Amino acid sequence: MIDLLGFLPRAIVQGVPLLFGSTGETLTEKSGNLNLGIPGIMYVGGISGVIGAFFYEQATVSAGTFQPLPGVLIPLLCSMAGSLLMGLLYCFLTVTLRANQNVSGLALTTFGVGIGNFFGGSLPRIANSSLPSVILTNTGNAFRTTLSGSSSPSALETLFLSYGFLVYLALAVSLAAAYILRRTRVGLHLRAVGENPNTADAAGINVTRYKYLATCIGSMIAGLGGLYFIMDYSGGIWSNDAFGDRGWLAIALVIFTVWKPDLGVLASFLFGGLYILSVRSSSSMTMATKELYKMIPYVVTIVVLIFTSLRNKREDQPPASLGLAYFREER
Amino acid sequence: MNKKTRSPLFHIAKRSTLPWYRAWAIRGGALILALLVCAGVTALLTGQNALLLYVTMFKGSFGSARKIWVLLQNIAMLLCVSLAVTPAFKMRCWNLGGEGQVLVGGLASVLVMTLLSPYLPNWLLILAMLAASVLVGAVWAGIPAIFKAQWNTNETLFTLMMNYVATQLVAFYIAYRFPKGTGTMGVINGDTRAGWMPYLFGQQYLLNILIVALVTALLYAYLRYSKHGYEIAVVGESERTARYVGIKVKRVIVRTMLLSGAICGLAGFLLVSGTDHSLSTTSAGGRGFTAVMVSWLAKFNPIWMIFTSFLLVFLGKGASEIASQFRLNESFGDILTGIILFFIIGSEFFIQYKIMLTKSAEKEEKAHD
Amino acid sequence: MDNKTPAVTMRNITKRFGPILANDKVWLNIYRGEILALLGENGSGKTTLMNMLSGIYFPDEGEIQVDGKEVVIRSPKDAFDLGIGMIHQHFKLVDVLTAAENIVLGLPGRLDLKAASAKIREICDAYGFEVDPNQKIYNMSVSQKQTVEIVKVLYRGADILILDEPTAVLTPQETDKLFAVLRNMRNDGKAIVIITHKMHEVEALSDRVAVLRHGQFIGDMPTKTTNAQEMTNMMVGHPVVLNIDRPEPKNPKPRIEVKGLTVRDIEGTLKLDDVSFTANSGEILGVAGISGCGQKELLEAIAGLQPVEKGSICYIEDDGTREELIGKDPLSIQNMGVSLSFVPEDRLGMGLVGNMDLSDNMMLRSFRRGHSLFTDRKTPHQLAETVVRELEVSTPGVSTPVRRLSGGNVQKVLVGREIASAPRVLLTAYAVRGLDINSSYTIYDLINRQKTDGVAVIYVGEDLDVLLELADRILVLCGGKVSGIVPGRGAKKRDVGLMMTKLGGEQAHE
Repeated sequence: MIDLLGFLPRAIVQGVPLLFGSTGETLTEKSGNLNLGIPGIMYVGGISGVIGAFFYEQATVSAGTFQPLPGVLIPLLCSMAGSLLMGLLYCFLTVTLRANQNVSGLALTTFGVGIGNFFGGSLPRIANSSLPSVILTNTGNAFRTTLSGSSSPSALETLFLSYGFLVYLALAVSLAAAYILRRTRVGLHLRAVGENPNTADAAGINVTRYKYLATCIGSMIAGLGGLYFIMDYSGGIWSNDAFGDRGWLAIALVIFTVWKPDLGVLASFLFGGLYILSVRSSSSMTMATKELYKMIPYVVTIVVLIFTSLRNKREDQPPASLGLAYFREER
Repeated sequence: MNKKTRSPLFHIAKRSTLPWYRAWAIRGGALILALLVCAGVTALLTGQNALLLYVTMFKGSFGSARKIWVLLQNIAMLLCVSLAVTPAFKMRCWNLGGEGQVLVGGLASVLVMTLLSPYLPNWLLILAMLAASVLVGAVWAGIPAIFKAQWNTNETLFTLMMNYVATQLVAFYIAYRFPKGTGTMGVINGDTRAGWMPYLFGQQYLLNILIVALVTALLYAYLRYSKHGYEIAVVGESERTARYVGIKVKRVIVRTMLLSGAICGLAGFLLVSGTDHSLSTTSAGGRGFTAVMVSWLAKFNPIWMIFTSFLLVFLGKGASEIASQFRLNESFGDILTGIILFFIIGSEFFIQYKIMLTKSAEKEEKAHD
Repeated sequence: MDNKTPAVTMRNITKRFGPILANDKVWLNIYRGEILALLGENGSGKTTLMNMLSGIYFPDEGEIQVDGKEVVIRSPKDAFDLGIGMIHQHFKLVDVLTAAENIVLGLPGRLDLKAASAKIREICDAYGFEVDPNQKIYNMSVSQKQTVEIVKVLYRGADILILDEPTAVLTPQETDKLFAVLRNMRNDGKAIVIITHKMHEVEALSDRVAVLRHGQFIGDMPTKTTNAQEMTNMMVGHPVVLNIDRPEPKNPKPRIEVKGLTVRDIEGTLKLDDVSFTANSGEILGVAGISGCGQKELLEAIAGLQPVEKGSICYIEDDGTREELIGKDPLSIQNMGVSLSFVPEDRLGMGLVGNMDLSDNMMLRSFRRGHSLFTDRKTPHQLAETVVRELEVSTPGVSTPVRRLSGGNVQKVLVGREIASAPRVLLTAYAVRGLDINSSYTIYDLINRQKTDGVAVIYVGEDLDVLLELADRILVLCGGKVSGIVPGRGAKKRDVGLMMTKLGGEQAHE
């Protein structure tokens, strides 16, 4: 029990980037856009925050004027702006220019990962800074500020209060997304656009606008996953490729949760837990076994994918127009 | 309704057909535009003359005989994976699992290479590796195919996930074989060279390149002239029509995906036996994904794919040359590749659709006023 | 009626699609408290005209007035705001959503499904609809979906309703019900337009009829003052006598024998129930029935495309050898040497590949020939040229994708290919649907030629008049059962009509 209480918070912090990513991707996919650029967008979300924080720290830390509030807000806004641009780019290609979604998404991932690693690696040099690499401890600490005040928190306190604000934001965003999709008119319209854009169009719903909005907002949410990973999880230290294939894991999570963001909360912690088992578990486990553990999230996702298609329940299927461009005059 | 709405200023319609030279002119224009933007971006970050950049890019690919061979080898590998995914794409079956299929193919080669090298003569060992790779690659693509055929399981997502299962499988094998290692396996049979493909005319990569050239020609004929190729096209266009004329749709889906996986397996074999003599989780090098773009840019035509894979490899090489010359980060290449892809992807719109200014908009203004 | 202000006036409406003039300076008035039947042949521009009223298309020229005021309708939303609602032939519903969710789709404001359901029930009670607001669309029958569409339009406060061939998919009972609610709505003061080409519907339902031909407005008049013959003449442009050639069958022999055929669809609904009949060589067996009575399943079962629950379908050679077709797919039927051709209802979705050119489409039937790994492209190319020449297909060439051809030419290509293989059995489903009169006659002619060549033809049709003139015998289906088989010569339209709606008609032929 004690072990579990100790384990859960670690699973949660591992799960949060995935939760942001999958919530964003679920919104996007609900509009019929299969955005395979999400891994790239999460990199961009991370690095944009890093760039913002880097310049803020450059300007303030040596002068001793670093303030936690702008120290958090600046990277947050930068991150959202960066992912927004990526989302807009994807929409422009796939919605306005009706390009193939798979190809555009993969190109976006190449581009985004490139941006992340390029600036992550050479930001200090470009900015003529004396730092050897990107280390933003002040910002990291600001992001890591927790609710728990005591220095020796109890297990329960650790479980509920030991996180930076982005963790709670991730929960709030995914629950809000679930609510919007299920209970509001905007959500209803969005589902209609993803299922049958023709019908939505005839009902007076602006298909293009919904696709753009859902994809761009989805991208911004996903980008926060990258930001969280750098600032909170890694404490403000960028190292190239550290983010790994979490972006793809987020896409897996979308399928695993059958396009339900509220399920994503629990599922992301499950995935996070599985990830930990592989990364930092006890020494009794061999390297080889750990690698097998890392396989589990993908295998269970495949199992879910198979299971939902076997059961063939209409509500659990991918949005019917997923991956297809919409052109009104094409019948 | 106080605000009088006007009909939009332009109207988008699907083009009937565009002569091929105009289509390629549009693509070429997009490419030139992309290169200009790339030059701008690079100049911004390095402060260097844009022209100099392209010289550097050229040097990166053609600077020496060795570089040309490496370039050709890289084109061959990318082309091979692109050829592999193409039959599936023609059937509108999105095989995004090339990466994983290449990896498991490579893994099969590695296993045969290490386990059987003491028992088999070299030529037989190579053939056994080839057979094992092709078989395992086919199986890896066959699994999603069966589910797609039988229960219409989404193949895009399934094959995507299979990539990571494959990656972990390779990681597992490496960790299992070298428990104390650093996650790499090192060169296999470095002393005996058992299972290494022979050098033709003293060139390490020549055989690789010739094999891929052969596969290109065969696949072109298969898709264009064979009965199977015709069936693939019909299934891709309309499954109902296919069923109506007695094509066994499920069989075609599975057969085509098996072929797709088999060629990916071949690529894995070529990587292990022909170039790397080793395997890591990144051996496929994202080619499974780049192949999607190569194939799509070439409109699924194997011959044009020679050109598009050259383009992407050349750009990648050139960009990393720029990166190293100007002491930029290696990932700079990815950014430039991304930019160029966006332009080419976007240019397809102008080939598929035409934009017409609405004439009646003007007329109506007069009519209403 | 003349001194009333029209609810809608359309003046001088012109719409072009590329080189095709779909509507040519059309004038039309629509009044409240009246049911207007918009009559015309397929392709006469009825649907295009109404689509401009409902905001799907925008007219190239002309103006539209609603209640005497000039309006601009650019989107379905504009139309709704003006109280205009259209029920399309292809329903615009989202399958995974409920009826209520579909009905409120696209409306502004907070989502309150409870209030919506209450309002839906109110509408249903007022006009006599039956809709469960919480039922998912994918669980609904066609007529339920149509009801949802109508309620959707009423929910938005439409008082000008347009229905595009609403009865095409309904059973007679459902049609009666629909007509009853439409009359209710008319009496409630709503303006109703139904697009149709069925004369008896015009007579049964409408107060006024307007006729279009080749995109032009021909005239309108109160239904009471006209009759079917006059309307047909206006529709077609010249007095038409349906006069289809019907040679006597020569030496008919049993060719296809169906016994106790029972078929269920994927959902488990009984589509064919214990169907038995024989189709003879040199004879046209017409199949009559309301749409959805199992005609499609019957043909597809014979062609090997439809799993069968029980029963038998025998192919009988001239020498009396019998081959069971059940359990075989199209390929094995072909391999058994049974030459069977099938012109399906869905031409571009099933019979042909729209994106392929004419010769590649010819190849669909023949590409397997020979033992080579490769396809023979020369023969299909020649066949395509022959079909184009002999059936007068108007196309730029044999390398044009078939989806660019007009409906009649598409059908010529399909029929041409199907009869090219010199079949022993020819199955056709709605072979003249959507075709103009001339193309229709070409098709009747082709079918008759097959018949005189000794082919057993099974002809599923929707137009009873044609069936009565073309078929040697008529098999009448009703709800998946055989209602009766009558000789085509001398059969009365009324009797067959009754058999379509009631098993055995009035037992007149038992």
